[in-house]
Amino acid sequence: MTALVIRGGHLIDPAAGVDAAKDILLKDGRVAEIAAPGKLKSANGAEVLDATGLTVTPGLVDIHVHLREPGQGYKETIATGTAAAAAGGFTAVAAMPNTLPVNDSPEITRWMQAPERGASIRVFPIAAATRGSKGEAINDYAALKSAGAVAVTDDGHPILKDSVMREVLAAAARVGLSVIQHAEDTRLTQFAGGVASMNLGPVSFRLGLRGMPAEAESGLVERDIRLVTELRDTRAHLHVAHISTAAAVAAVRQARRNGLRVTCEVAPHHFLLSEEHVGLYDTNAKMNPPLRSAADRVAMIEAILDGVVDAIATDHAPHAVHEKEVEFENAPNGITGLETALGLCLRWLHGEWKMPLGRVLSLLSAQPAALLGMKGRGTLIVGSFADAVIFDPKAEWTYRAHETRSKSRNTPFDGWTMQGKVRWTVAEGRVVYSNPAES
Amino acid sequence: MSPTSSPVRRQLHPPPVPASPFPYHPGSLLSASDLSLDGISHILTRATVLENQDPLTRDRILAKRRVALLFYESSTRTRTSFELAAKGLGADTTLVSSLSSSIEKGESLKDTGLTLRALGAEAIILRHNSSGAAWLLEAETRLPVLNAGDGMHEHPTQALLDLRTILAHLRPGTEAVNAETLAGVTVSIAGDILHSRVARSNMLLLPRLGARVLLCGPKELLPDLAAKAGPGIAIERDFEAALPQSQAVMMLRIQAERLAGLQLDLEEYKASYQLTGQRLARHAPAAIVLHPGPIIRGLEVTAGVADGPQSVILEQVRNGVAIRMAVVERALLAETGNGGRA
Repeated sequence: MTALVIRGGHLIDPAAGVDAAKDILLKDGRVAEIAAPGKLKSANGAEVLDATGLTVTPGLVDIHVHLREPGQGYKETIATGTAAAAAGGFTAVAAMPNTLPVNDSPEITRWMQAPERGASIRVFPIAAATRGSKGEAINDYAALKSAGAVAVTDDGHPILKDSVMREVLAAAARVGLSVIQHAEDTRLTQFAGGVASMNLGPVSFRLGLRGMPAEAESGLVERDIRLVTELRDTRAHLHVAHISTAAAVAAVRQARRNGLRVTCEVAPHHFLLSEEHVGLYDTNAKMNPPLRSAADRVAMIEAILDGVVDAIATDHAPHAVHEKEVEFENAPNGITGLETALGLCLRWLHGEWKMPLGRVLSLLSAQPAALLGMKGRGTLIVGSFADAVIFDPKAEWTYRAHETRSKSRNTPFDGWTMQGKVRWTVAEGRVVYSNPAES
Repeated sequence: MSPTSSPVRRQLHPPPVPASPFPYHPGSLLSASDLSLDGISHILTRATVLENQDPLTRDRILAKRRVALLFYESSTRTRTSFELAAKGLGADTTLVSSLSSSIEKGESLKDTGLTLRALGAEAIILRHNSSGAAWLLEAETRLPVLNAGDGMHEHPTQALLDLRTILAHLRPGTEAVNAETLAGVTVSIAGDILHSRVARSNMLLLPRLGARVLLCGPKELLPDLAAKAGPGIAIERDFEAALPQSQAVMMLRIQAERLAGLQLDLEEYKASYQLTGQRLARHAPAAIVLHPGPIIRGLEVTAGVADGPQSVILEQVRNGVAIRMAVVERALLAETGNGGRA
């Protein structure tokens, strides 16, 4: 029986429509009571977090992370990845299946959630859509769902065959799972002599790097939307991972107007950085999808502001230092993101581009939780999970990659100014991260 | 969620792109764009001085200094001329090539560079099959690095020796260059632009001296966006329309090793882009013909043109030694706070 009171803070709970000073009582891992300041009825004996001057909001939810376990513990473990997540204010993450071996079974799905993994926050596995993510044999979605999977995807091995993708969408719809597609027509991005390593455009030409055309993303998104249209009666849900091009966003916007269940997420690097940030072969600016053109970047911000984007997701993709200290073409794709997402969103989306704070926080919690059906997450209404982040909205700070809790430090945001410092992260009633202000 | 109702489209200013830290070492030559016009003039001037200097005094300039040649790709001209250049100044050279070293065993570029530094190398000349490799090597070793060709990206000493060759014919006696030195000059570069580091370095260098660069080739080997690579660059797909405008024509080899599955009809290519004696006589009888080599005779140029009176191909090779002497000297004598001789 543990109880915790968050006292004196300003609660913003977008899903509940709350934006007011509130005290909150957390008990046995759930939200027990919410009251005006000083009015909690049953807070006696509870531990108190003094949130005076701070913002309290539902714990953040990242629906796209790579925790690297099983198989690549030198990059990240579930313990270190979730510790980094907690430091970033996250209380739930959805972990991609491109592990070694690929998470295509109920056994691995359960293994990832076992207490022995040492996760400090809740991990929701996303299972592979096809066996070994090879794009052919479809997995047993009912079994994966009952083992805890919240969606299926072949992530970095996008499903190109129309017939397979149609069957994946239909089979997932039958059991109520979402299908996440990393939209990349690899026939346009992989060649006999190698793989494209950045966005195709004047910058890739100048740098002598093979480029990934925007059409490789938008073409596959359009194909997938066509399939969802055909399957309209099944309520199939297509979620486009880390969308990065104006054309793909336009396709999603149109699909939504047509009443289809098509959603998308954007990563902070795709609304903050463009291909110019590759600079002179900075491997910490290499990811897939790549940093796109300046026009694409603006299109991401506009799509976030006008509500087409359903979630901010980091695509946290840790890689060891030695893996990134190589020729640009040979470096693996991906950057870390769990510790920087909140600070970047508050500084840029809210601070610079004036998106209301509640909407920014909703994109980081309520909406992604709802998108993958994480019941009782992404809100702090009474009875929901006691997942909260308490941050100082006024604090400016500088991110230092070498201080990270992740095993890896492959970030382009080292040295960047962040807005909003996390003071406590509370996951299911336990304080999993604390960094109180020095007095 | 209601859409933003602001009637004024808000300014979505992005975070700024940080300034490049390269080159870390003032003696490095990574890109043709690293050099100021004064820097180019200095190299051209020193090339002439060193070329004319008595070899017995010249070899005291870098006596017993250590220069490593690190070659991940085969090379005849570049490797030999860098080696002759460094030795001509008295430096000790050592050659490490990917096929006879621990690179074969999987040693990384970083570790190879650090090993060469520990062995006393004071500068590294790098030829590598990956674009950007020279930047990685410089960042990791902080030594002066001379880029002798990185993937499809750049080959700055080739552009400098091409410039010396062009100046000798079109602006004889010129060594101090400025932004107008090549005003009114059009240099056509024809062939496999997409895969060519020679083309990229020349595209960056020549327009800064006032030249116009005209790129020629089929779409597969010359994407439209090449014209956006910098100022002073245009595309003319009709070779016979480009030739009459050109005072210099640079022919490039089709880089079969980098085509990555691309299928080309070579007969069609030759019909449009091969530089034949007839084409040259009819459309550019006064232009000089350059080629960085290796030449595939009978493909991009005919033997008659390669050996003909307008060809300056072997002059380019000779200029390579002079330019590389100046560049190696600059690498080892550059003023520096770190990474120099201990």
